[in-house]
Parts: sequence; structure tokens; C-alpha cells
Amino acid sequence: MAFSGFSDTSTPQPKKDLPRISGSEAVIRSFLEEGVETIFGYPGGAIIPVYDALYSYRDKVNHILVRHEQCAIHAAQGYARATGKTGVCIVTSGPGATNTVTGLADAMLDSTPVVLISGQVASNTLGTDAFQEINFIEITNSVTKWNCQVKRAEDIPEAIARAFYIASSGRPGPVVVDITKDAQNGLLDFEYKPKKFIRSYQPYADIDNDQISEAVRLINLARKPMALIGQGVILAGAERELQDFLEKSGIPAASTLLGLSALPSDHPLYVGMLGMHGNYAPNIKNRDCDLLIAIGMRFDDRVTGDPSKFGINAKIIHMEIDPAEINKIIYADVPVLGDVKQSLPMITERISKNDHTEWINEFRVCNNIEREDIIEPAIERRGAHLRMGEVVDAVSKEFDDAILVTDVGQQQMFASKYFRFKRTRSIITSGGLGTMGFGLPAAIGAKIGAPEREVCLFVGDGGLQMTSQELGTIFQSNVGVKIILMNNGFLGMVRQWQELFYNKRYSFTELVNPDFELLAKANRIAYRCVERHEDLDDAVREMHSTPGAFLLECRVQREENVFPMVPAGAPVHDIRLE
Amino acid sequence: MDREFIITIFSENKVGILSQVTTVFTHRNVNIESIAASPSAIEGIHKYTIMVKNDPERVANLVKQIEKKVDVLKVFCYTPNEVVLQQLALYKVKRSRNVEDMVRRHNVRILEIHDEYIVLEKTGHKEEIDELYQMLAPHGIYQFVCSGQVAIIKSRRELLDEYLKYVNAKYQRMMLQENK
Repeated sequence: MAFSGFSDTSTPQPKKDLPRISGSEAVIRSFLEEGVETIFGYPGGAIIPVYDALYSYRDKVNHILVRHEQCAIHAAQGYARATGKTGVCIVTSGPGATNTVTGLADAMLDSTPVVLISGQVASNTLGTDAFQEINFIEITNSVTKWNCQVKRAEDIPEAIARAFYIASSGRPGPVVVDITKDAQNGLLDFEYKPKKFIRSYQPYADIDNDQISEAVRLINLARKPMALIGQGVILAGAERELQDFLEKSGIPAASTLLGLSALPSDHPLYVGMLGMHGNYAPNIKNRDCDLLIAIGMRFDDRVTGDPSKFGINAKIIHMEIDPAEINKIIYADVPVLGDVKQSLPMITERISKNDHTEWINEFRVCNNIEREDIIEPAIERRGAHLRMGEVVDAVSKEFDDAILVTDVGQQQMFASKYFRFKRTRSIITSGGLGTMGFGLPAAIGAKIGAPEREVCLFVGDGGLQMTSQELGTIFQSNVGVKIILMNNGFLGMVRQWQELFYNKRYSFTELVNPDFELLAKANRIAYRCVERHEDLDDAVREMHSTPGAFLLECRVQREENVFPMVPAGAPVHDIRLE
Repeated sequence: MDREFIITIFSENKVGILSQVTTVFTHRNVNIESIAASPSAIEGIHKYTIMVKNDPERVANLVKQIEKKVDVLKVFCYTPNEVVLQQLALYKVKRSRNVEDMVRRHNVRILEIHDEYIVLEKTGHKEEIDELYQMLAPHGIYQFVCSGQVAIIKSRRELLDEYLKYVNAKYQRMMLQENK
């Protein structure tokens, strides 16, 4: 059959006109065929042959040596999300491989295209508990979109072609190609055919016209509709199509955390961020909606709160590429399966031009309440201590059109809500897995992927110390990321929960920190500390005007809470302003 | 309410698929009641028959999660009345006059007879196998083993054929477009 997969039993037919090269070189040449420019990795015993081949291709491929394999994946994620290309990593077997599991899981939950090549012990020692042998395929089954083990050199190009196709098509995700050392050392006749078809894998559903018609009908009838923008819009490159749809329908739009920047923050139809710590308006108005149009999003529990009360008076149109997300959490009255880049224009074309001025004004009223009660006090330069909101605001004003990278926790919520986005692919954050330590390596990847843009990382004192070894990578590879450290001496988000729900029993959330100035200096990174409101703007300007990396330590109020907040498990319209 | 479903999974014949499939069950918190793996009537395609007892909505979601696995071609889900179900059990029982009478009455095959024990084979529905077990138990069952249930759908053709036709047509269209 024309499209049968690579098999483990077929005998290779030598072809005389093809170059005969090693499996390792085939790995690198396959990368070049896929247009790979940057690899994040860490060498080790079982991957030395690939590193040896890479040595000859140093002028063609940029390799970033990270300090821990977890960060190779996070950096590749940052790279992928800043550029839209597939991130690529190489690690060794055993601990090198297992260290990547958190990154793979993160990429899996946030649909990030990543190809990981892991070394593996020689095939004749597989299953003997050899040195640095681990069953990586088994370990990664639930954290990858696809994985495979390659035991023969001649199977490498096909495996890598499949890996890139699967990682980047449909709903993207991480894939692992585990290559035994003898396959790396073996010889093959190199021929590369990019993959475009796998019969057991149909990533793009044919769009169903009946579903489109039904969606159009509901949209035309709706009096209080709201669009929910997910990362699917960005992954599909459907930002233009989204704006066309919104502007014709006049429907207000809220964004998930990962969907931020698909629509500019100042767009007249943008009404804020969804979710537990999202904005007030899109949460409180959820109950009043008569139609929710979810566009490339998956109803994460941080977005829905109590799913049985989510959009309780609304019909749901769910536009989604992954069939398994339809009816998983929220029942879709009209599922529109397929790529939103295709389905959105089909809907836009057929809906009537409309505006929902009065309805949008209801959002504006809520936005104003939040601005007066929460946002303005948060960014105001007053009180005894510097606060996170004002820092984000100051940085966002100074760094026009930067890529925002965040770690996980309070700074993540402050940054994602108070940062203003002008263009797409401007937020990189760990949404699904909530991986502390994600920020620093992801910022490295983002800056390498988009060197022409400023990259601002917001990170807490807890998160920075989870992957602070990557400050060494920043120095070695001269990566100009701006690190804004929100130091409150606490694991702030957990402390907030302890304060609100656990009677202020601050169980192991206080951090006694190292001297971050010395940490920056040890890694030869420019540093400044700011503690007072009146020094903030100057410090941010200094960070901006200093070439290269910069660590700005902001000593912020020790016990500050993120509001609004939807209590865990409550309906989203129970959002609390204090 | 929990109901019984028969999930048939068609996959490429590759190493490690069973493990990928069972991972989905553990991840989505659904227990496997029984499982059987075999080649299908289509060359190069493997078939898994998995019985579950669970909430219909959860099973519907589970089916989509399994189908999402790249090397899985197609997953079908049936209720027991849509399929012909059978399973096979072996019983090693202490020899006695009573047992031998029972064997004659219950259409049970005798596979082996020893001085001390007799090995019996019963093919049938799960209920029949359980029933025989209950009857033999008082006479002393030394060993018992039971296969996973296997199922054949009542419609004539394998439904997978239609999927294969669909993807083949898609592939041909793609190749045509490329050659233009």
C-alpha cells in the first residue's frame, strides 16, 4: 500500500545514487530538511554520536546548551510559541530523557509542537537495565502526542519526518523519537521525504456545512452572545479571520490565558480574560449570555469553574480541531469540528452584520467597576510597598510590543491581566500544567526565536529558583532577556490560598532567599533592585536601555492577593472582587 | 448509570500500541473488564476488543481519546445487543462422578483427563461461564482461567473498510493536487 508505515522487518534496498551517511548525520540532515535552525539540548553518553555529527554542522544549526534537560524542552516551547515553528531538542538516555518529562507534559497540555530526540542504549542491550537505560517510550506514552523508538539507522529519516508532521499538524503537541546508539552509528542511504499523510492520523476534519449553518442561525438569533478566544486561534494563524468574524458580528470577545494577544488588548470588542483570576466582566456576564462561541479552546476547569453552571443560560457553539475536546467538559449544542482558520470565514461569510452595543455596554460597566476597585488601586504608586500590578504596568508601558513570558503563580496572573498586547504570539506561559520554573527557560527560547523583539519575563522568587541554573545559559549564549523578579519572599499564590481558605496557616510557603544580586553577578548578568515606587520607572528604563540580559529584582509587598478571584469549584459568576 | 460497552479498536500493527491504549484507560479513570487482542480480517491491522462497564458519556469521551492516538485507525463502541460475544474458559477440577455428570449435561469439552483431575473447556457468554464455575466450585476447582471476551458485529462487513476507503480517497486527492 502506498501509505504503509515504516516497518521493523522490511529489508532495506541499497540505492546507489544516494549519499551513504551515519544515522547521526541523518538526524541532523533530516532537521535541515525540516528547516530547523535552532536546537536546544544537552549531551550525554547515548547521544554522543549525534553530537559528533552536529559538530560538522555548527555553521548550519544553532545549538543552545542548556543547564538541565527540562529546560531544553521549556526553551523549545518558548521558541515554538514565539515563532510558530516546531521546537527541537536533543538529550541523552536515562536521566537526560526522564528530566524532560515535565516539559513534555507541559507541551502536551498546552498543545505546543516540540520534537525531542532522545538517545538510547544500543539495541542489543535494551531490556538489560544497562547503564542509563530507561524505557522512555513507556514513560512518555501519556505525555506525548506520539512517540517511537528507532533501532535501525535506515529508519531515522522516516521517523523524523513523521515526528515533524505529527508535532505540527492538527492540534500540535510534543513527540519523542528515541534512537538507539547502534542506529545512530549505523549507515544508511540518506533520502528524506517530508510526511504529509499517515492513514491512521487525520488531523483535519472535513468541515460539516450543516454545523456551519446551525452556528450561523444561532449567531444571528443571539441577543447576548460572547466569543471565547482560545490558543487554537493563534495555533491556526486565524487572528485575521477572528477579527473579521467579530467585527461583522459585533460580538464581544474574552480570551483564555493562552489565547491572549490573538486579539489586541485595545480592540473595541475585547472584554478581558476568562478564568479563576481573569477579569470581572467576562466571568460575571457568563450567566447572562444566551450564546457562547468557543473558538479553539478546551474549557479548562480554571476557565469554567463549576462546569454545570457555566453558561447556564447559553447555547454553546464549540469550534475545535480536536474531536476529543467536543463534549468533554461542556456539552456543545453545535460542535464545529475543524481548523478555525477554515471554519471562521465560512461562518463570517454567512452571518448578518450586527452590533450589540447595549450588551457590550454591560461589559463596560463591569470593566469600570474592576478598574476602579481593583486595577487602579493595584497600579497606583502608593502604599508602603511596591506591588506587582504597578510593576507590570510600568514594564508594559516602557516595553511597547514585547513578548510577555511568565512563570506560574501570582505574577503570572498580574502580568497576563495588566500587560497590554498589540500583536499575536505575545504571551508565553504555562497554562495547563502550571509548571513553576517554566518561565526562565521559555524566555530564553522565545528570545532566540524572535531576537528582534524584546522578551520580558515575570517570575517569582520561588519559580526563579526552580530553574535558576539557566542564568548560565543566558550568559553563555548571550540571550538578551529582561527578567523581572517579583520577590515577595513567599510562594505567593499558595500563600494566598492559605490566607483565604486555610486560616492563614502559612505551611512552608515562606522562602528565605539567596542574594539575587550575587546570583546575577555570578552569571555576569546586569542587575538592579527596586523597592520604592519612585525608583520604579527609572529602573525599568535602565533595564530597557541596557543591552543584553537584565535582572530587575522588585521587592514587592510580602502579602498581596490577586483579585478578582473565582473560588475553586464555584460557578464563574460567583467571582469575588475582594 | 453504568452500562456495558464493547470497544473495538483497530490499529496499525506496531510495537507498544496496547500499552498506549491501556494508558488512556488509566488516565481517564475507566476500568477494563476484559481485553482481547488479535489480528483483524484486514492484513496489517490489529484489533483489540475491550469490555467496559461505565457511564455512557464517559465511554464516549474515552473512545475519542483512544482514537486520538496516532497509530490507532478507528475505534467503535457497541452495546452488547449489537454484537455476538463469546469467551473461553478452562477449569481444572477434581475428578468425581458428579463432575463427570455435569460435564455431559452442560456441553462442556473435556481437554484432558488425569487420575486426580480433569481439564474442562467452556465457550460461551460470560454468564454461562460464571454459572459453570459456581456449579463446579463445591467439587473443588484447582485452577481456572478465562479469556477476554471477543465480539463480532452483526452487520456483514467490517466497518473499518469504510474508514479505509475514506482515507484512501483523501490520499488520492492529495496526490492528484500535488502532481498538478
